[in-house]
Amino acid sequence: MMSTSQLKKLLEERFPGAQVAVRDMTGTSDHFDVEIVSPVFAGKSLVEQHKLVHQAVGAHLTTTIHALQIKTRVPAS
Amino acid sequence: MWNQDKVKEVIQSDKVVIFGKGSRFEPMCGFTAKAIRIMDQYLADYTVVNIFDDENIRPSLVAVSGWPTTPQLFINGELIGGSDIMEELAKTGELKNKLTAAKAL
Repeated sequence: MMSTSQLKKLLEERFPGAQVAVRDMTGTSDHFDVEIVSPVFAGKSLVEQHKLVHQAVGAHLTTTIHALQIKTRVPAS
Repeated sequence: MWNQDKVKEVIQSDKVVIFGKGSRFEPMCGFTAKAIRIMDQYLADYTVVNIFDDENIRPSLVAVSGWPTTPQLFINGELIGGSDIMEELAKTGELKNKLTAAKAL
């Protein structure tokens, strides 16, 4: 099990300087909706952006985290 | 027997293929149901593979696509992504463009 604050911290570490928002979708601490605003997504396809998030979450995904709904954005310039 | 070659074969077997949890008409996961609901707005005839049909499907799929979760949408053999990407592409009209380009519409 992972808490929203733990996941938020993990994502903030993996995406330094990013704005991270995490929401527990089902109240069961294993279906999360995350929004990450970071310049690292610039110029990448959605698939590539989401793969970066998958890599950041690593082995948690499909073990402690069953499902992850991802919204990635580049900061408004 | 499901293995990586079979996954690649199925991905190429139809213009639109969704791998998910549950079947087309009995999805067993909210995100799979969402992916199907979105695609149903565009076309009726496409392939849905239920990863629960065989325990080898999921590991083979993940090895082929490099995407750890389901659902996974493929158009013309190309990984498009999960239900969140589908929703985003539907909003921007990009999903319709991809389906049109693939002559699925």
